[in-house]
Amino acid sequence: MTDNPPTANDARRSSARPPGLAATVGALLGKDLLVELRTLESVPGMSLFAVSTFVVFHFALNQNTVSGDEAAGILWVTLLFAAMLGVNRLFVADAEQGGFDGFLLAPVDRSAMLVAKALALLAYLIVLELVAVPAFGLLLLGSPLGQALPGLLAVLALADVGIAVIGTLIAALAVRTRARDLLGPLLALPLLVPVVIGGARASSPLLSIVHPGGLQLRWLGTLGLYDLVFGLIAYAVFDFLLED
Amino acid sequence: MPIGRGLRTLSISTVAAMGVALGLVFFYAPIEAEEGFLQKIFYLHVPLAIVSLCGFVLGGLMAIAHLRTRDQRWDLRSYVTIHMSLILGVVVLLTGAIWARGSWGHWWVWSEPTLVSFLIVMLLYATYQPLRFAIEDPERQARYASVFAITAGAFVPMNFLAVRLSSSYLHPRVLGSSSNLPPPMALTFGVSLGAMALLFATLCSYELAAKRTRILLKSSSRILGYR
Repeated sequence: MTDNPPTANDARRSSARPPGLAATVGALLGKDLLVELRTLESVPGMSLFAVSTFVVFHFALNQNTVSGDEAAGILWVTLLFAAMLGVNRLFVADAEQGGFDGFLLAPVDRSAMLVAKALALLAYLIVLELVAVPAFGLLLLGSPLGQALPGLLAVLALADVGIAVIGTLIAALAVRTRARDLLGPLLALPLLVPVVIGGARASSPLLSIVHPGGLQLRWLGTLGLYDLVFGLIAYAVFDFLLED
Repeated sequence: MPIGRGLRTLSISTVAAMGVALGLVFFYAPIEAEEGFLQKIFYLHVPLAIVSLCGFVLGGLMAIAHLRTRDQRWDLRSYVTIHMSLILGVVVLLTGAIWARGSWGHWWVWSEPTLVSFLIVMLLYATYQPLRFAIEDPERQARYASVFAITAGAFVPMNFLAVRLSSSYLHPRVLGSSSNLPPPMALTFGVSLGAMALLFATLCSYELAAKRTRILLKSSSRILGYR
């Protein structure tokens, strides 16, 4: 896509009042999803990466089926690294093709960019998991996926929000540095360790054959707290990344 | 304010405090019954860890001040604080590994949540300088570094909470916190903590003074027309 983001045009058309946060977020999110639908730059790559990683794990661990801690570990490592691919690409088009300039010229709340990009990344993650989780159940998981699914969905939802928020913040931090492809994962991986702890520990009993267990609330609580704290922090500091 | 004022007083009091602390560690604090002489590393390791973590959080608070006031001096302070905390953090990891080797027989133990959390925090802060120096424009560099420092500063307590929750089989902590220490050990620990905090402040002041001098030199040679 070569033209400016729709917000700039929208604002020019209705010169009287700047659009509200929801309208701006909607426009930016629509633009991002449309760009992704037309170019297919992130999501197919992320999904393919996840499936390839499962194959790599099969050979690296020399196991046909996994369960429990092992299964949870493989699932979360794969999802996290696949998410990194999306994080690395999240702002590249905006930085290289003038998306930032167009957005900064528009009389809109800067935080809209954070919300819209985080929602876009969340959408990418959901599509990724729609492919990766069934593929994981088919290729590697020893226990039936169906019984784990309700609990797993709750864990994935909470973890995705955290990955989306931190991923967006880190992507915006790294995109205008010299070594952005390197810095993005380097910054994001340590920051996402609590998400991995919460996600893997919560899903391990769900994926276990020997001692199948229920959902442990303290992990959901940890993930929820993480989402809340870093959601607020990202909201507070994000504007400073968009000042020039 | 003249650069480097108060450095001499600060240095002398640091040396004195370190002397008193080491004296207490080696001649006053009793030998611990289970771990013996090795336990003395506790008076170096734990205060350094506390000072270093406080430095990371302090760097985040200074970054908030920088973003609020747009005063570049706050960014310089934040940078120096995080830099020094990183250096002390390396010492913390080394002393922690020595302590683990001595008392549990392994250089690294995953069952000690504080040590594991500290490693994660160090891995995160190790990216501070690569991030900072990958940005050329000095104003943007300061701004981005501050955003990182605030996020990472908030990450420090969050990370400790998550890692502590994850180690459900808590290792029996011999002398983890100062709350259950006998009085002579608690006194020694307190003095060590104070000495390490002074050491940290002194090192930060030296680096700040050096950085400010360099900035001043650069700007005056520019004014005088030197290259």
